[in-house]
Amino acid sequence: MEPIVRLRSRTVVMPSTDIDTDQIIPARFLTTTTREGLGKALFADWRYDSDGNPRPDFILNRPESQGCAILVAGRNVGCGSSREHAPWALADYGFRAVISTQIADIFSNNALKNGLLPIVVDEATHAWLLANPGAEIAIDLETRSLALPDGRTVAFPLEDFARYCLMNGVDELGYLLSKVPDIERYERAHGK
Amino acid sequence: MTAMTLFEKVWRAHEVAAETPDTPAVLYVDLHLTHEVTSPQAFSVLRDRGLPVRRRDRTLATLDHSTPTDSGQIFGGLPIRLESARKQVEQLERNTSEFGVELIGLRSDRRGIVHIIGPELGATQPGKTIVCGDSHTSTHGAFGALAFGIGTTEVGHVLATQCLLQRKPRTLAINVAGRLAPGVSAKDLVLAIIGKVGVSGGTGHVIEYRGEAIRSLSMDERMTVCNMSIEAGARAGMVAPDETTCAYLKGRPRAPAGEAWEAAVEAWRQLPSDPGARFDREVELEAGAVEPMVTYGTNPGMVVPISGRIPESGGEVFRKALAYMGFEPGQPVAGKAVDVVFVGSCTNARLSDLREVARILRGRTVARGVKMLVVPGSQQVKKEAEAEGLHKVFLAAGADWRESGCSMCLGMNGDTVAPGKYSVSTSNRNFEGRQGVGARTLLASPATAAASAVTGRVTDPRELVP
Repeated sequence: MEPIVRLRSRTVVMPSTDIDTDQIIPARFLTTTTREGLGKALFADWRYDSDGNPRPDFILNRPESQGCAILVAGRNVGCGSSREHAPWALADYGFRAVISTQIADIFSNNALKNGLLPIVVDEATHAWLLANPGAEIAIDLETRSLALPDGRTVAFPLEDFARYCLMNGVDELGYLLSKVPDIERYERAHGK
Repeated sequence: MTAMTLFEKVWRAHEVAAETPDTPAVLYVDLHLTHEVTSPQAFSVLRDRGLPVRRRDRTLATLDHSTPTDSGQIFGGLPIRLESARKQVEQLERNTSEFGVELIGLRSDRRGIVHIIGPELGATQPGKTIVCGDSHTSTHGAFGALAFGIGTTEVGHVLATQCLLQRKPRTLAINVAGRLAPGVSAKDLVLAIIGKVGVSGGTGHVIEYRGEAIRSLSMDERMTVCNMSIEAGARAGMVAPDETTCAYLKGRPRAPAGEAWEAAVEAWRQLPSDPGARFDREVELEAGAVEPMVTYGTNPGMVVPISGRIPESGGEVFRKALAYMGFEPGQPVAGKAVDVVFVGSCTNARLSDLREVARILRGRTVARGVKMLVVPGSQQVKKEAEAEGLHKVFLAAGADWRESGCSMCLGMNGDTVAPGKYSVSTSNRNFEGRQGVGARTLLASPATAAASAVTGRVTDPRELVP
């Protein structure tokens, strides 16, 4: 995983609440056996018509959305299925952060493991972001804050260990493997 | 000693290392269930890093999500029609063989939806930690296990180390007083719970379902309730083990036997939350007030009693959902013409669900123009249903009777609802496109699904069978 400390980008805003992982990547695209190439199927049923042509009114198809790496979504984004294909698709498309007031647990966990930042902000900041699509914002993991274009900075929570892994490009499997002696001890002590 | 909740007891017993401010807990996994859709990339990681599966004896694989339910493609020698699904099945067969993991394969008489076969085999037991790359792993919590869905990266972690890195969730008690009225099912209860708590109300929490109404549910019914915990945002839902749990497990192929059984039961008796144990949040519900429920929108929280009407107004998401569903604000849901009825999924495809459907279909026929699909949750459920002659009732009524699998719950195995069509479904998600592009899903109980199939309209089952 590439280390990520800072990120600066314009935002794409999808204000709907409860955007589920079936919308982010519909189930028929899950018959893949690799992680790659899912970006083209991101939001497939909202993004393309039944003939596979881009719907010009869908936000990701608009010219102003091109090159944006931050998705601002309504409350409870990523609910539903545990499919990691959802963050894979978002990351493959080019997103590096998802901002909302609430992010579903499994999606948030999966996002962290793929260098996609799940950022939970307060209602007021969220309302500002929803009202100002395309705003250029800067995210700083060092200070756990994001900077708005008007100079305000807003703190967001990010668990210490996840932050450390993101900033240093550490993959959690390596950390878990370093715990094998503890795991063996546990298995012996508990008869497992 | 401080009073502990069921969750707290199971969590603590599985801490290889407790969490600290700097690091999450290292949590030991007793049983890792896996399937063809969310595992291929995890096995690839093991292969790339030269790692074995740490505990093959704690890993069990099966095929359910992308597999067809058409007998010809399972037993008739026909190839799996969807090429990408066929490749995924072959990939899991290769991966399990290469890494020495037990696979309950395509033609096994023990195959079925992963959350149905775990309990059926007796592999799901009280006090265990159980994970699977599937959000409906919450089902197993019905036994007093801590069971939750994980992503594919975490599937790789468990394959390689039998552990997960986890921050401890908060606890939410849902206390359900009284008893369900006759004709009202566990599915109606959990839909009512989601309607009350909301689709994100359980986020960050593990639910414990408590109270007289929960205690009086069968194991099949408790599984239906725990299954949909994730639809309220909770990764796990649990019910304390009791005599009902023990009676279900006794004699199952992978349940403890002999002296080990006695010891296990003794340990399970220690699991229920201690009197006075504190939960981070509590929600109260009166079971007697619950009616048959049906969803009208595009998430499971958009739900009303079947005798009720769609709300008069709501926000942008409400309006968008109604536009997708082709409904008007204030419209009654009962009476709406339906095109498809699906009985199946890890929520409602156990033997008791099929008996309930047969009770309503017996001597009746599926309405003209309605396609009804009955998909047993496992090959064992299929066998037991056929031994009772339930399949004859389904077939005589004009329904399809299939091999087990996830089927029409999620449109990735060939079983789909056509664009714009209305489906009354016993599954768990009514998200846009869940059952196929443009499909309109109304979630309901098996009885409501069967009654709706008979009349061709969304129907309160109590109108057909008192």
